[in-house]
Amino acid sequence: MTEIAQPLPKREPLPLRLLKSLALLRESGVGMIGAGLVLFWVVVAIFAPWIAPFSPTATLQPMMPPLSPAESGGVFLLGTDHIGRDILSRVIYGSRTVLIYAPLATFCAYIVGIVMGLWAGYRGGWLDDVLSFLANIILSFPVLVLYVVIIATIGASGTNVLIAITFASAPGIMRIVRGLTLDIKTRDYVAAAQTRGESTWWILLVEILPNARGPLIVDACLRLGYVTITIGVLGFLGLGLPPPTPDWGGMVNETRRMATIFPWMSVFPCVAISSLVLGLNLMADGLREISLRD
Amino acid sequence: MSDAASGAATPVLEIDNLHVSYFTRAGEIPAVIDFSLKLEQGEAVGLVGESGCGKSTVAMAIMQYMGANGGVVGGSIKFKGRDLGAMSQEELRRLRGSEIAMIYQEPMAALNPSLTLGRQLMEVPLYHEEVSEAEAYERARQMLSDVRLPDPERVMAAYPHQISGGQQQRVVIAMALLSSPSLLLLDEPTTALDVTVEAGIVKLIAEISKKFGTSMLYISHNLGLILETCDRVCVMYSGEVVEESEVKTVFASPRHPYTHGLFGCIPVPTADKNLRPLVAIPGQLPLPHERPQGCNFGPRCQHFRAGRCDDHDIRMSEITHPSPDHRVRCLRWDELAEDEIATEATEHEPLEPGEPVLVIDEMQKYYPVYDRSIKALLSGQAVRYVKANERLNFDARRGETVAIVGESGCGKSTFAKVLMGLETATEGAITFNGQEISQRPIDSRSAEEIGSLQMVFQNPNDTLNPSLTVGRQIARVIRKFGAESNSETIRARVMELLDLVKLPRDFADRRPRQLSGGQKQRVGIARAFAGNPAMVVADEPVSALDVSVQAAVTDLLMDIQRRYRTTLLFISHDLSVVRYLADRVVVMYLGQIMERGPTAAVFSPPYHPYTEALLSAVPIADTSIEKREIVLEGNLPSVLDPPKGCPFATRCPRKVGTICDEERPPEQQAGPDHMIACHISLAELSLVEPVIQMVKDGEPKPVDPQYG
Repeated sequence: MTEIAQPLPKREPLPLRLLKSLALLRESGVGMIGAGLVLFWVVVAIFAPWIAPFSPTATLQPMMPPLSPAESGGVFLLGTDHIGRDILSRVIYGSRTVLIYAPLATFCAYIVGIVMGLWAGYRGGWLDDVLSFLANIILSFPVLVLYVVIIATIGASGTNVLIAITFASAPGIMRIVRGLTLDIKTRDYVAAAQTRGESTWWILLVEILPNARGPLIVDACLRLGYVTITIGVLGFLGLGLPPPTPDWGGMVNETRRMATIFPWMSVFPCVAISSLVLGLNLMADGLREISLRD
Repeated sequence: MSDAASGAATPVLEIDNLHVSYFTRAGEIPAVIDFSLKLEQGEAVGLVGESGCGKSTVAMAIMQYMGANGGVVGGSIKFKGRDLGAMSQEELRRLRGSEIAMIYQEPMAALNPSLTLGRQLMEVPLYHEEVSEAEAYERARQMLSDVRLPDPERVMAAYPHQISGGQQQRVVIAMALLSSPSLLLLDEPTTALDVTVEAGIVKLIAEISKKFGTSMLYISHNLGLILETCDRVCVMYSGEVVEESEVKTVFASPRHPYTHGLFGCIPVPTADKNLRPLVAIPGQLPLPHERPQGCNFGPRCQHFRAGRCDDHDIRMSEITHPSPDHRVRCLRWDELAEDEIATEATEHEPLEPGEPVLVIDEMQKYYPVYDRSIKALLSGQAVRYVKANERLNFDARRGETVAIVGESGCGKSTFAKVLMGLETATEGAITFNGQEISQRPIDSRSAEEIGSLQMVFQNPNDTLNPSLTVGRQIARVIRKFGAESNSETIRARVMELLDLVKLPRDFADRRPRQLSGGQKQRVGIARAFAGNPAMVVADEPVSALDVSVQAAVTDLLMDIQRRYRTTLLFISHDLSVVRYLADRVVVMYLGQIMERGPTAAVFSPPYHPYTEALLSAVPIADTSIEKREIVLEGNLPSVLDPPKGCPFATRCPRKVGTICDEERPPEQQAGPDHMIACHISLAELSLVEPVIQMVKDGEPKPVDPQYG
């Protein structure tokens, strides 16, 4: 009396499956545009030394407008800044800073947020009360004030940017994870794990977390966009990476007083930030659109 | 409507060769194929079939509401002679809700939570007929008493969440009837309700067409409900109607092998797990885009003839003898004599129960509820208790099936939690395999103890972790209980378990979403049996499955039990299934045991009045059975504030007086191992007529559940 078996589709290797799920993005036009923008910046960051026409830190000829020829040969396509650094090269190298720190900071924030959210949601009771209370306190601070306070206390450096962003973003992530956990923990497979005496860590990491991944991936994509902006803002406020590291936010800050006379100095880094953030947001929209279908 | 005058000539609904398809990524998927139906004024037609057979799509097509990707690709739907497909959106909107009304499964979803029920009901005549407020109120109130809601004024002033699910469904029905529709579509209107509540709604629905002259299309997967409510029935399979006739004709002499198979899967009172076991239909429903050539039921049919049945699409054939107006979509119906269609069942030796495995002694489980209001603090009632389980006493022996029966809120799930060690008992003892476990939560039990007491869960879509392969999930359990660490041995054991639950071995590498509901439930069973348990708790293991799959899964459980002499604790609300497979039954109501005893004794007089009502509430798909009708009034009392005396006193039709409200009923011994907790004397209870009787030669005769 067995039910007839359907022929088993062969399981494909992981990279192929990842490519296939990315290929699903094709069905969403905005998603494709977003993915294109993001991919563009990733390629730029990886091949920066080969693409950049000049050194990002070398002072060549100050205040050259876009498309002016360089003395050493070549063209300053986007002009140079007030101390004579090539803006195109700085924008290209600046993408490296953003594309390293933004994912890293998002990842750290996710680790903390997920662990807190899973425990708060699964355990409930006083632990949930305490963690939710802490999260609410952090969320009630204006984010910018929080960054200024943290960086001013521990100093401006790459690691400290990570710490500050993790501290400020983790509570929001915790709330999402907590909500998902509250839903998933009522499922029968969680009860099945409980009735065979699995440890709490096993239940959290094997039974609950993988099944919450859908909404989390979309959120991570959006949050990556916010973090990119944040890194720009921190750079602009002088709380980011110490100079002379090329940093889009920092570039805007250094040249903002001259923005009316030499607009190219601040416009191009701004365009760079916006296009990457736009790309990430559109990609998140596309992912959400696809995940809602079916 | 002007057409209504000539209603005698034109049928209310006429569907002709309807084809409906959905358009998806995978292309066009036909959902309904060649569907024809004629519905006369005041007639009730049942549409019965398993999930995915297209029965709800028919209803959606009638409403002309098929979402973005569905569409009628052929045929016509005429409502009172007018083609619905040719109507404009505006005309359709006027028709929906006034001429054609629909009632869905979830009453809460149909009611607006932020408006009073009265307001929502009054809107119907106000909007469609533009009557005065006062008249609308009067009509709404009258309709509420017509659907037998007690105290209609109070209901009018209430919000949806303030009344129970059964009452909500009555309000939804009242709302549909207020505009006096000519056609009422009911899509599984009682599936979300408890059996005793369902019985009341079913009775109401059966009265509607007589009282209001409304035509009804009743969609359900439950053949018993169709028998109780409808005049005609269409049996659907994989998008097609396979058999259509008067209800009595189809039930008494089904001619399509699928209809026949369905009846073989239903635990009717004459079925018996050892002498007349259920016969499952082999295989499963084909996916809509993988339907076979020719007869859709072909691959599962034992009368299949290659070359004939799979040659071309099969049309409905007319049967005129013995009863006219009977159509069946089968080429071989006239070759298959009736007795030949009947499938052979295999008999089994009954299992002899052994020593007690589980002994429950005066077990209690209370949950404290803290009231932090000042009033509660002052009166000293800051802590109240939900008495989820009150003084439970029963035992289960090796190789035996003990069923716990009761409706939602009766405490059966709490009991399972305490037994499994997810909670600890407030008082009393649970002895399992000679060990006291009531105070030991799961992390203080040894792996062996945990492995010997496992559970099968209710919802097949929820029972497996969607992210892990089937094989890994079973392997985890083996590693956990078997103290086995060699991955080769574990893999071999996983294969053995897949064989045990009759699944192909390559299922080990599949993910749960690639499996059907029945297959997932089989994996759930394999997982429960991985640690060679002495006892398995099955919490409604088949209630979420399709009828034809239910029988197969039930059969499998019985099979494994016979092989390993496992004790089964079967938790269910479905008395037909319980009668079929349990050796002993425990009937619970509001956390207390009302009746306890061997199945045969519980299912025949003397009954506890609650058991009697439960028995009457279960719909039976058998025309040779006559049932006494008992409809319970009122709602389940709150567990926070249960009646002081007998918990059932508030709804009991046989209540004797104030003694029921004030004193706990005595436990009366009605026979060997048979206990009834009631104030009525046994002698009096014994005089009660049996609820279910078999009509044979015009003489009602009680059904003996053991030797039907």
